[in-house]
Amino acid sequence: MDIDVKKVAMLSRIRLTDDEAAELGPQLASIIGYIEQLSEVDTDGVEPTAHPHDAAMPLRANVVSNSNRRDALQASSPKLESGLYVVPKVIE
Amino acid sequence: MMPYSSLSDIQSRLNSGKSTAVEVAQLYLDRIAAYNDELNAFVHIDAADVLAQAQASDAHRAEHGARALEGLPIAIKDIFCTSNGPTRCCSNILDDFHAPYDAHVISQLKAAGAVLVGKTNMDEFAMGSSTETSAFGVCRNPWDTDRIPGGSSGGSAAAVAAALTPAALGTDTGGSIRQPAALTGITGLKPTYGRVSRRGIIAFASSLDQAGPMTRNVKDAAMITAVIAGHDAGDATSVSDAPAIDWLAACDAQDMKGLKIGKPSEYFVDGMDAEVRESVEAALKQCQDLGAEIIDISLPHTKYAVAAYYVIAPSEASANLSRYDSVRFGHRCDDPEDLLDMYTRSRDEGFGAEVKRRILTGAFTLSSGYYDAYYLKAQKVRTLIQQDFIQAFEQVDVIATPTSPIPAFKLGEKTDDPLTMYLSDIFTIAVNLAGLPGLSQPCGFANNLPVGLQWIGPAWREDTILSAAAAYEHATDWSTKTPAGFNGNGDAS
Repeated sequence: MDIDVKKVAMLSRIRLTDDEAAELGPQLASIIGYIEQLSEVDTDGVEPTAHPHDAAMPLRANVVSNSNRRDALQASSPKLESGLYVVPKVIE
Repeated sequence: MMPYSSLSDIQSRLNSGKSTAVEVAQLYLDRIAAYNDELNAFVHIDAADVLAQAQASDAHRAEHGARALEGLPIAIKDIFCTSNGPTRCCSNILDDFHAPYDAHVISQLKAAGAVLVGKTNMDEFAMGSSTETSAFGVCRNPWDTDRIPGGSSGGSAAAVAAALTPAALGTDTGGSIRQPAALTGITGLKPTYGRVSRRGIIAFASSLDQAGPMTRNVKDAAMITAVIAGHDAGDATSVSDAPAIDWLAACDAQDMKGLKIGKPSEYFVDGMDAEVRESVEAALKQCQDLGAEIIDISLPHTKYAVAAYYVIAPSEASANLSRYDSVRFGHRCDDPEDLLDMYTRSRDEGFGAEVKRRILTGAFTLSSGYYDAYYLKAQKVRTLIQQDFIQAFEQVDVIATPTSPIPAFKLGEKTDDPLTMYLSDIFTIAVNLAGLPGLSQPCGFANNLPVGLQWIGPAWREDTILSAAAAYEHATDWSTKTPAGFNGNGDAS
């Protein structure tokens, strides 16, 4: 299987150097090659399982359960100004 | 007090006034100071904080009496958010992260009076089977420090095995509690998916992740699970109507009269270590002597479990790890040119090689044109794997297998070939795909390295596997073996 590693890396928002891409390409091909064996399994009429148990997601009451903790929640941000997250300019 | 004491031994000493929580905490802090450099089991320790918790516990005992885990030291895998100290998931992308709240299970341990001893080493984001992908460096196996302790909860396993703590919390997505427990000669329990809240546990693969205890014996595992289990309205996958279990009473079993144990042919195969196989076969013979009936069964889709897992887990990981965008938390690269440069360079610098491999694998299997062939197909195979177990449990009460096909391997032995590393989880992965409870306990040695016996139960029947494991432990002495290099009895015979 030929995998366009740079394209997948861009989908994942991870920069790869040419060296990294050259190393990851064959590794991904080997992993995907192993995964290919799933095609041997007859899954006609089999429902997919996304979650191990058939439990319905319970609803909880829509009430305020926590206080305003903005400072604590923002404390780990790499860049803040006046309580706002700062990122590079998006629109010129 | 001896360092190789069980939680229940320590609890008796504390209850009878022979020791205080502060003395117990100091004993383990001293052992950490003496041995952690050699093992690298802990990645964060704050001795003053540990002693303050122990003092508060002694005060609580004096004033209000003892709670369920009063004064008992428990180490915490670095994947659990804790409001005191850093939470890093052993990744450089969380190089300056302090969680603003405690994970639900951490709140429960605190409310039960436990003393949290520190953060333990792990594979970065729990992606690995050897604790070699940690940003803090490799962790070593106390039975042979040239060997890996298993993973991803390798730091928790090594810490318990060398008595740097009497117990620890781990998480298990494809075997990350059971495999390191097996490779270090301790007991580890992965509860049924949904039994324990995942809130505040850094997510790897959300439909597979589950937290559980790593301990010296079966009863200690039950003591901790009794505290951390239960519905949490803050986790939509935490099950609200899970059947209740008497966790401690389940551990009183001393025989296996009438127990039907399934022995799946797919877990006793060519290529596995001969001594591992011998140990597990001998354990099953012993179970027969204890009154159990061994029934040969088949779980025909077992051979596809690793392939299905390495679609589903990386797919979920690639989605979960998209949150590391260097905006709200996490590492940000220097002087980003624009938003895209900030994302791609921060994530390149922050994630290690194995995490990148898994994110890319997941992005590929979820990508347009491949989704049906890989992700949807894997979810259907997951259904068949689950059905294999459901059919088997119509015939038997519990299933017994080796936990790992091989004992602990050498550091660096499998790091060159990711796929070989993935195959070391071949006996643990199906349990996560099916959402079932699994327990590993020591059952012998191969080449002087510990071997694990795995018990698999039907959903919500942790009591069945605890009883089987407790009866086996009562009849044998494998759980009492401890590594000589760390003041243990060294009896690998």
